[in-house]
Amino acid sequence: MERVISVRHTDVLVIGGGPAGLNAAMAAVDCGAEVTLVDSADRLGGQLVKQTHKFFGSKREHAGTRGIEIAATLAEKVGSHPRIRTMLRSEALGYYPDGVVALEQDEKWIKIKPKRLVVATGASEKFLAFPNNDLPGIYGAGAVQTLMNVYGVVPGKRVVMVGAGNIGLIVSYQLRQAGVEVAAVVEAMPQIGGYAVHASKIRRLGIPILVSHSVKEAIGREQLEKVVVWKLDQNWQGIPGTEIEFEADVLCLAVGLSPTVDLLWQAGCRMAYVPELGGHVPWYDENQRTSVETIYVAGDAAGVEEASSAMLTGRIAGLSAAMSLGLGGDGAAQLEVARKELAALRAGPAGEKIRAGLAKLRGSGVVAC
Amino acid sequence: MRIKHHPILDFPEKPKVTFFFEGQPLEGYEGEPIAAALHAAGIRVLRYSPELHRPRGFFCAIGNCSSCLMEVDGVPNVRVCMEKLRAGMQVRRQRGKGDIRATH
Amino acid sequence: MLKKTGIPEEEELKLVLPDDARRKRGPFAVFECFERIPCNPCYDACPMHAVMPFEDINDLPRLDLDRCNGCGNCVAQCPGLAVFVVDETYSEDEALLKLPYEFVPLPLAGSEVDLLDREGKKVGRGKVVRVQKARHRTATPVVWVTVPKHLSMVVRNIGGI
Repeated sequence: MERVISVRHTDVLVIGGGPAGLNAAMAAVDCGAEVTLVDSADRLGGQLVKQTHKFFGSKREHAGTRGIEIAATLAEKVGSHPRIRTMLRSEALGYYPDGVVALEQDEKWIKIKPKRLVVATGASEKFLAFPNNDLPGIYGAGAVQTLMNVYGVVPGKRVVMVGAGNIGLIVSYQLRQAGVEVAAVVEAMPQIGGYAVHASKIRRLGIPILVSHSVKEAIGREQLEKVVVWKLDQNWQGIPGTEIEFEADVLCLAVGLSPTVDLLWQAGCRMAYVPELGGHVPWYDENQRTSVETIYVAGDAAGVEEASSAMLTGRIAGLSAAMSLGLGGDGAAQLEVARKELAALRAGPAGEKIRAGLAKLRGSGVVAC
Repeated sequence: MRIKHHPILDFPEKPKVTFFFEGQPLEGYEGEPIAAALHAAGIRVLRYSPELHRPRGFFCAIGNCSSCLMEVDGVPNVRVCMEKLRAGMQVRRQRGKGDIRATH
Repeated sequence: MLKKTGIPEEEELKLVLPDDARRKRGPFAVFECFERIPCNPCYDACPMHAVMPFEDINDLPRLDLDRCNGCGNCVAQCPGLAVFVVDETYSEDEALLKLPYEFVPLPLAGSEVDLLDREGKKVGRGKVVRVQKARHRTATPVVWVTVPKHLSMVVRNIGGI
């Protein structure tokens, strides 16, 4: 079998077929670019394929529609587009100094040299340190969502959820929809981080939310059997004597996401550590362009945010990448619209963190590292 | 356990295939990740860590974290959250780092 | 406090509850949406144009209670499942609630169910009058249930199905 395919050329290569990547591909192809979209999974949609809840945001970003349906609509549009070459089961392995991206697909090694690259690789789940945190049954919240909502398998019988951000709250609700008991949601912060409406939804189901609490330890021999949580003092230290023990076969961690930026490091993009954006992110301008002129970044890889924003940063990246190739038609007008919509989404209190993060990233205070 | 009734999603029954876990026959849906089939059968310990031999399950389910490495048809270090189930597969808990020479 | 407990306070609820005159006139929607988040599908959901246009997508929804007829379209559409319809004119001693309900099985019309408060605690029993199934996968089923009138602002979920 021929294992190495000679270099392919494309106008815009988009890595990642989630909400950002799909929108980047559509925006670029609508400007007249010839686009290649690659994703490591065997279907398009990224993590939208497991989002059974209705999205917030504005109508244009499919507000009020369930994530699974947004994924289906976008994937159909992109997958059937004659000028988008979609490559599934394709893992981007590396970025080389000559601008070549190496991929592996079905054990074949493929090299692509794009004129512009849009990195929309999303984010990975963060972990939490506590004794026995490696026991089987301790899963990322996104993993539990994938198992339940994509493959129809429940993770266990009784769950303790760590994290009352939107993911922790939403996945708790979805666990109950799948018939799984949720013993409690535990949150280290003194208040609920996710939207109040999501919190109210799970409270109405009788699920307690324990703020200022964290995991003391997990207990189990071969698998998780019990979870001990305790109250935290003002210095985030556990208070002895406040322990609560839960029988649980699943401990679900929803303690945040880190941008997946390995390719950007490799490409030599200027990087910065911005906690508000989830960790290390590349520097980028208002067109989502990084310090390497031919590389753009969109979605959670540019800073962890909501899927509705990812769709917009994807569109901005796709439009900007195509326009920088001299393509575009009314691209400039569309870019203006997308930027306005994005600013509107981020304008409220829910956008405070991302606004602070972006100010840090673009301000003078950023230390490249 | 598999979800039978869900308020939003449909999980229709599909024909099942037989595969082997530690030599014992199990059933799962062809094309689903091996980890999903094992979970549906109640198997959550997927390997033992190389140094301290601690049991490990999966963690991210999307191929990012490498917590779910198993030996599949004699090949070690297979991410079973991504690898698709086929009839007759021999799936084993991995102990240690896996010997790459054993695969060729 | 809402952001500590996930349960709105009395003062917050007072802001979205109509005056007595309006309550006696017929069904109305209660928007238990107290936090500015980027979201506006209720505006498009309302056939009566009772939800005021959003200047900023982060604004809280504003309801014109003279226009609202309690149809419940917003209950089925709200992504936050934060809208409830209350009809205190249903009978002498009962109110009718229209609640969003995204679980299986759906209750059957005519059956009795547990009435749950905002903490999921059982506060009584009620009768299901009607179940509006979702017309498409995106909508939320809406359950019409009778509750003792004094619990019209207490009951927000059902159980024991």
